[in-house]
Amino acid sequence: MKFLRKKLDQVAPIFEKGGRLQKWYPLYEMADSFLYTPGARTSSGPHIRDGVDMKRMMMAVVIALIPATLMAWYNTGYQEMLATGTAVADIGLMAALLKGLGHFLPIYIVTLAAGGLIEAIFSLVRKHEINEGFLVTSLLFPLIVPPEIPLWQVAIGIIFGVMIGKEIFGGTGMNVLNPALTGRIFLFFAYPLQISGDQVWIAGADQWVDGISGATPLAQFYNGVAPEALTTATGAPLSWWDAFVGLVPGSIGETSALACVIGAAILVFSKVGSWRVMLACFLGMFVTTGLFNLIGSNDYMAVPWHWHFVVGGFAFGAVFMATDPVSAAATDTGRWIYGFLIGMLTVMVRVVNPAYPEGMMLAIIFMNVFAPTIDYYVVKANIKRREKRLGLQ
Amino acid sequence: MELFNLFLKAAFVENMALAFFLGMCSFLAVSKKVETAVGLGFAVIFVLFITTPINNLVYQYLLKEGAMTWISEDFANVDLSFLGFIAYIAVIAAMVQIVEMAIDKFSPALYGSLGVFLPLIAVNCAILGASLFMVQRDYTFTESVVFGLGSGVGWLMAIVALAAIRERLRYSHIPAPLRGLGITFITTGLMALGFQIFGGIKL
Repeated sequence: MKFLRKKLDQVAPIFEKGGRLQKWYPLYEMADSFLYTPGARTSSGPHIRDGVDMKRMMMAVVIALIPATLMAWYNTGYQEMLATGTAVADIGLMAALLKGLGHFLPIYIVTLAAGGLIEAIFSLVRKHEINEGFLVTSLLFPLIVPPEIPLWQVAIGIIFGVMIGKEIFGGTGMNVLNPALTGRIFLFFAYPLQISGDQVWIAGADQWVDGISGATPLAQFYNGVAPEALTTATGAPLSWWDAFVGLVPGSIGETSALACVIGAAILVFSKVGSWRVMLACFLGMFVTTGLFNLIGSNDYMAVPWHWHFVVGGFAFGAVFMATDPVSAAATDTGRWIYGFLIGMLTVMVRVVNPAYPEGMMLAIIFMNVFAPTIDYYVVKANIKRREKRLGLQ
Repeated sequence: MELFNLFLKAAFVENMALAFFLGMCSFLAVSKKVETAVGLGFAVIFVLFITTPINNLVYQYLLKEGAMTWISEDFANVDLSFLGFIAYIAVIAAMVQIVEMAIDKFSPALYGSLGVFLPLIAVNCAILGASLFMVQRDYTFTESVVFGLGSGVGWLMAIVALAAIRERLRYSHIPAPLRGLGITFITTGLMALGFQIFGGIKL
């Protein structure tokens, strides 16, 4: 390890100001801060002595995403093997993992290459650091696309997300919308045929056996299937537990509520993700489903909350997308409102809006748009309350 | 219930600013500060709330083919709908004058900060747009009251959200060529993507 540090220190003067390659400093800085804690110290107060910096925060998110990623590999492979005629008992853990990895890896590599290129160009031209935030964005993005998505769409999506969603607003920490979701929503509206079609969710479509339906549970709910009658791709009944673990067709990494709950625990424990947002999302979903259950004028309205929780991207969005500290509301009260409305809107879109089968992505983007407004009024109310307390009014 | 649905539709599904992109000039220009945006938003709500029903009356009782039969049977064949634009704009301009005087009287600060955009509400496309939609969809008087109010509320929501975002963006390190209107246009586009959440809802 000493050798690496020495090597980095050796080349440092070339990249620093006045050096031969000073234009390329962001690249050197990226390699350095990726391997070691940056040496920079604050020069003026206030000071907090703490090991946590942006890098640690982002790494915490990456670690929290590991269960979801592993589950993503397994389920992508599992669904494909199931659809291509392997019996459930014959699907081995390693075989499914590897098969899923085979689908995940190309998408991930394209994401890293295309998004990373944009990120690097912007940081070189604008002379800001390449941030670890991109690691999170580039891991989130492959997890929210369908496994059979064409790779050029992956590239276009992540480029749009990084460039329009983040860099033109000034880079990390200044974006209004979540970059990964911006890319995904762009794909959703630009290529509706491929990305919201009903056949794209399971890989290996050319080798499917007869009678396979790529319909996700959400699509089945929409067609009026009751929760007890949901089926897997092969037509076998689907239990709630399977849906909770994530053995259902869907976007690569969003299916497993279990992995998301583990991720949530890591995020809350490391204080990186806001538990208020997560809880509020859940409450919003819970209350809205309860109201719909009471109305119950069609089959979809009667779907109970524990099903809404496990199907689609609800858990994934609530844990990893809605909690994005940059695009979410920044005040505590604001977070409750923001999260609650996300949960509420998600269920509303699922049940009421026939145009989209899933509402989590749209709900989060919509609330991202309104997060600054919520914050503005929360802060204003706070000021008013304090003024009143001090008798200034 | 019908009317409530119409309100929701006007405010969310067919948001004047972010689904039809009407009223963009003042939407982009007066959204630098939340307070001003709220002021303009309420002015727009008020004007919409008044002018859409009045224009509805104008249309139903003066302009529509055979509308003037209440004066005399002889007018049964008269169709004045080609005068629509002039008539609606005249009503809107008159109403805006009244609003302007009212704001000047009761809130001079807001009057100052809205500046030229207050009289320009008269040519705000969102307001003429609401009247024209009203004619096209043949709303009744009550419906046009609700529609005007809903459209206004939707527009207020959009401009306040944009203003809050722009207040936040003031501290962002935006590339120099995009500062100001450029980034505002892009933000508006992204906001419209968000508002797609309501697209497709049939009420």
